[in-house]
Amino acid sequence: MNATLVQDIERHARLGPWALENWLAGQQFPVVEGRTVTFVFRGNVDEVKLRHWIHGLATALPFHNVPATDLWFLAIDVPEGSRLEYKLEIVARGEHRLIQDPLNPNLASDPYGVNSVVYGAGYQVPEWSMPDPEARPGEIVEHEIVSHALGTKKVQVYLPARFRRSRRYPLLVVHDGVDYVRYAALKTSLDNLIHRLEIPSMVVALIQSQDRLREYADDPRHADYLAQDLVPQLESAFPLVGKPSARTLAGASFGAVASLAAAWRYQGFFDRLMLQSGSFAFTDIGPHDRGPVFDPVVRFVNGFRRNPGHPAAHMYLSCGVYESLIYYNRSMVPLLERAGLDVKYSEAHDGHNWENWRDRLREGLSWLHPGPLWMVYE
Amino acid sequence: MHKTRVVLLGPQRLNRTLKAAVEELCPSGTVAAVTAGWEEREGEDQDLREHLGGRTVNLRIWGRAEDVMERDKELSLALRQRHDRLREQHELYRLRLAHAMAAAHELLRREPTPGREEMLEAEREGAIEALRDLDEFHLRRVSLIHREFEEEWKPTERDSVVRHRRELAQIVESCDCVCVTGGHVVVLLHRLRLFDAMSIFGGHPIVAWSAGAMALGERVVLFHDSPPQGQGSAEMYEEGLGAYAGVLPFPHARKRLLLHDRRRIALLARRFAPDLCVAFDPKTRMDWDGAHWTGQPGTLALRPEGVLMQAGRS
Repeated sequence: MNATLVQDIERHARLGPWALENWLAGQQFPVVEGRTVTFVFRGNVDEVKLRHWIHGLATALPFHNVPATDLWFLAIDVPEGSRLEYKLEIVARGEHRLIQDPLNPNLASDPYGVNSVVYGAGYQVPEWSMPDPEARPGEIVEHEIVSHALGTKKVQVYLPARFRRSRRYPLLVVHDGVDYVRYAALKTSLDNLIHRLEIPSMVVALIQSQDRLREYADDPRHADYLAQDLVPQLESAFPLVGKPSARTLAGASFGAVASLAAAWRYQGFFDRLMLQSGSFAFTDIGPHDRGPVFDPVVRFVNGFRRNPGHPAAHMYLSCGVYESLIYYNRSMVPLLERAGLDVKYSEAHDGHNWENWRDRLREGLSWLHPGPLWMVYE
Repeated sequence: MHKTRVVLLGPQRLNRTLKAAVEELCPSGTVAAVTAGWEEREGEDQDLREHLGGRTVNLRIWGRAEDVMERDKELSLALRQRHDRLREQHELYRLRLAHAMAAAHELLRREPTPGREEMLEAEREGAIEALRDLDEFHLRRVSLIHREFEEEWKPTERDSVVRHRRELAQIVESCDCVCVTGGHVVVLLHRLRLFDAMSIFGGHPIVAWSAGAMALGERVVLFHDSPPQGQGSAEMYEEGLGAYAGVLPFPHARKRLLLHDRRRIALLARRFAPDLCVAFDPKTRMDWDGAHWTGQPGTLALRPEGVLMQAGRS
């Protein structure tokens, strides 16, 4: 705990409400000092708890009340470079509410809502994920895929700036691609990384499933959809290289499982995989404890671990160290390397969330698809 | 050599200074444009044409090279084989470069023992000398590959190339100056070399920027201090076309180099000396009159002390 800051809080509280108000007015919360982050809440409530998703810590950490005030605080240890998403659980008159931190303007969105987010010392939102007026924007067009496996599906397709039919482009297929654009700045990042020549101009299929927990969990229909419908039809409709070395699958969480499972079922078809926070749960003995939705995933990962084959030549894996999935992802690395894959593995002080996946886009994409940075000087 | 008048400019996309430079060099007449660095977009030169008031004729160097490779399969195969050899040569160079750079950086980072500063400085100079030797060795190896190719295939004597050279000579003859744009520096360099373009340009004044400026020098150095992968060590690529001497251009320096990092700047300046490493950012300009350089105010050179200073007369 940061004794100085806590002492400051208590000292100003003892001086009376005005002194405390004045002191608080000059502060920004949470306060980040080295590895110590101090959260503050004001309100006449019975309890305040920090709700977070850091694996290994109690999921609700109680705030302390400064006696005779409505001020609550909590100081925790947060390693440098961390990103921490959280909510506050407020208990008042027997009612429990989850709210965003009213004193913290930093927010992060995902399909389930909005969380508060605190940046540990040294963390910076990557500038390549923010709009750059110099970067020429690509465009996103709608395309229809007629699938024998899954019926007719609409797919959004990112076409890079200065797209030309006379060129041939690599294809990146991103699971939950529309969410990646919405919550992980995928389009802005693609525009910027292409503009900066850090990745080549590429066509990106942004696929989305209405039934992802089923289709992404090693559903053979999904693998068929990718390899027999989506990719061939995109290769007919757009000027794509059309070779395994220019076909990449990407996804996070169950999207990573879907990518690996499809590449495993169609070995030699996809050459590159970008797997973020993969839900690669497995069991060495006995049943798993992650609920029935994970049954097909565990079956697949157990089978994959017994016989990994050669699903791709190059694989980029990333995972947050605050995720419960970190153990499974770390376990994949030696297995993949033994199977002869060229693997790059990256960890971040972050959780299972879209901004973690955003922050790794540059590293993953530029490693899988190095751009002409060294050769082109416009 | 080096008698051609050459103007090197900073990047042109957002801050165009080309028109002023061209009007100074050739107030009237036609400008032969080389946009081969843009590869398949070579013909998309409408902005350039409009900027220069419709005075340009595109030499279509990239397209002509494509035509040669389409018609002359033997030469095309030989070019591909040369490309493979060059790539392997470069990979081998990179292996050695990584270790030589690591040693140089380590020595530059190290603090001298008080009273024995000379010992460390001697080692630093030795490490930089080793880098220079390695760069020179690489240049010789690459030049050998090019020389063997030229001697065996004599590209400028082949029908497929002769026809284009004749056309190019006629077009350039009717022009008053040449401008060479940026783009893919190796594509640009190799395609200009295929047609022995410098002999066609003769004494025409040349304005160039970015990859164009790099390809026209004596040595082509690829660089980026903070790439997403790797250490970001500048690499000697090969000899350039030699239209000018004494300057090594670093286009987009503010974006590509860590200009605040004195150690890196010092290492670049010392490694490539006696050439002057010049940062070419928007609105910068260096003029070569065939013997001397003049730098426009605000055009900065990387100094061995690790700082940037006005690039002036050399």
